[in-house]
Amino acid sequence: MTENLNVFAVRTLTQKEYFSPGHRSCQGCAEALAVRLVAKALGRNVIVANATGCMEIVSSPLPYTAWRVPWIHVAFENTAAVASGIESALKVLMRKGRIPRKKIVTVAMGGDGGTADIGLQALSGALERGHNFLYVCTDNEAYMNTGIQRSSATPFGAATTTSPVGRVQMGQITWKKNMPAIAAAHNIPYVATACPSYPIDLVQKVKKAADIEGPAYVHILSVCPTGWRTAPELSIRLGRLAVETGIFPLYEVERGQYRLSVDFPKLKPVKEYLKLQGRFRHLTDEMIAEIEKRVHAEYEQLRAKAGKGS
Amino acid sequence: MAKRIGMEVSIAAAEAVKQANVDVISAYPITPQTHIVEHLAELVANGDLDADFFCVESEHSALSVCVGAAATGARTFTCTSSQGLALMSEITYIASGLRLPIVMIVSNRTLSAPLSIWNDHSDVMSIRDCGWIQFFVENGQESYDHVFAAYRLAEENSVLFPVIINMDGFILSHVIEPIELIEQGKIDQFLPPYQPVHQLHPDHPVTMGAFALPAIFAETKKAQEEALRSSMPKIIETWKAFGDMSGRYYHPVETYQAEDADTLLVTMGSYGETASVAVDKMREAGRSVGLVKIRLWRPFPFDDLKKATLHAKQLVVIDRAISVGACGPVASEVKAALYGNDQRPSVYNFVAGISGRDVTPSDFVKMVDKAEIEIAEGNKEGFEIYGVRG
Repeated sequence: MTENLNVFAVRTLTQKEYFSPGHRSCQGCAEALAVRLVAKALGRNVIVANATGCMEIVSSPLPYTAWRVPWIHVAFENTAAVASGIESALKVLMRKGRIPRKKIVTVAMGGDGGTADIGLQALSGALERGHNFLYVCTDNEAYMNTGIQRSSATPFGAATTTSPVGRVQMGQITWKKNMPAIAAAHNIPYVATACPSYPIDLVQKVKKAADIEGPAYVHILSVCPTGWRTAPELSIRLGRLAVETGIFPLYEVERGQYRLSVDFPKLKPVKEYLKLQGRFRHLTDEMIAEIEKRVHAEYEQLRAKAGKGS
Repeated sequence: MAKRIGMEVSIAAAEAVKQANVDVISAYPITPQTHIVEHLAELVANGDLDADFFCVESEHSALSVCVGAAATGARTFTCTSSQGLALMSEITYIASGLRLPIVMIVSNRTLSAPLSIWNDHSDVMSIRDCGWIQFFVENGQESYDHVFAAYRLAEENSVLFPVIINMDGFILSHVIEPIELIEQGKIDQFLPPYQPVHQLHPDHPVTMGAFALPAIFAETKKAQEEALRSSMPKIIETWKAFGDMSGRYYHPVETYQAEDADTLLVTMGSYGETASVAVDKMREAGRSVGLVKIRLWRPFPFDDLKKATLHAKQLVVIDRAISVGACGPVASEVKAALYGNDQRPSVYNFVAGISGRDVTPSDFVKMVDKAEIEIAEGNKEGFEIYGVRG
């Protein structure tokens, strides 16, 4: 189980909502839950730059806003660059005495498309430049906002509207891009994966990421009932299954050191996760076996990096 | 009178950015804009300018950085050319929609293809409708001066628009000209630190860049359009204040030997100086020719242009870009400005000097000759690309 579970007191988490209720997300949206937890973890002294995507669209229909912290949306692919500008401006304005000195966390948020696809260049640039900011990717594994098109973060086999199940091709034919590894390859001080099904772990990681000087990257698996063709009430369970099957391991890379947040001596069969989802309903036993083989291999690689090699 | 110093125009522009005491500079290298950012990097590296300067991984990000920084309350600067501006174009519209007072110098260069590093106005014409205030300058002094005017105007509470200063690549950016620098004390008075109306800060949370449903989008666009149009008096006021400070007065449309002229050349940017030499030559030869120079491209000064041109028999509009399949973009605007008048001059349109091809005073004379003949023969709305082989 999560190592720090016993020492973490849930009541230290603020009851205030900085991502307020009343937004327009779908029933059972774990991405909205992730954003809510991220906002709670960060508190009020933040500025958020949000990429175009579900979370932007559900939260900011003029003249309303779900955001009780300063928030800006500019475009799809440039969120890390916008955050770079915010961080830089805060630094200079404080240095010149035009705004009072205090800790204000700059946060960039994007979905998997805004992070792993169209926003990857801007993100890489911002990580390389070493801005003191936190990037949060809420990954629901496809372009859900535009109607469930595949992204490079869509897992192998998943049916989307642009990786459909046809007579000669069965869903996504490529494997999920390993975005946390790409972030870690920039040698930034902190990278972590999280999932709102493990809320305490998620909040701790976001707090840690916000406290660390320099760029930090947190990748959050966000179950999407609409796009995954799942029952809204299963979102939390699916997040847990993603972790328990080894499909989405929870870990941190702190100054190059890998640490598994939760380790399982025996992973659950991936079928338990896949069978609950309409996007995988066409998978054959052979495809499931292929997925399981790859998941186990990658999990072992991760364990080895975390010093737990078998 | 202050001393004039010989310096490269790009260096003078960068010195102006320094004197404007900017907070955040973000750019990506592209010819012929590079000397501006190189000099700014030096100024920051030497501690002569207290700003955050960083080279980003693309022009798209360069402007995005400025958007984030300006939204946080910083005075920001970027500059680019050609493909870089094309890559930025998405964000140019957003910067205007968000009403952020960013100042950008465009060292104008041809858009590909074929690839060409040389000067014309095709880059900025590709973002003509992005909602920025857009100046064209004629020489090095104007490049330097307009940086101060641009910031003061952009940050004016009743304006709040980003500003582009168009400065012809190579023709201006890479030449050494005598520049009269303004003393810092005067600049500091003319341009106090930026006081944002709204800024991203936890003490007063705001949402910027919300999305609009059809029920409200048109209202937001109308507000933007009205604000840009009504910035005109502020533009004139700013130039007046600048003139009072520096002794150099600027206007949306400027004229040379134009009041009594039958034929008027109409130009924009560095053409103005060359064309004025051509006008002198033609005047010496007893011809009734004058010059109208458009300094303010957006908001377009329809009234000033009419006032300067309606009395003439014919206009020879020299464009440095083509709207492929139509005509030169300046000619389109000039024709639109004149259309509502029963008595109006004929408009003959040349596209000349694209991709930096030299246009000399004698070329201007040849174009006036050709236009006068064509119009006399009844071709009153001619369009051609000047000086092309084959």
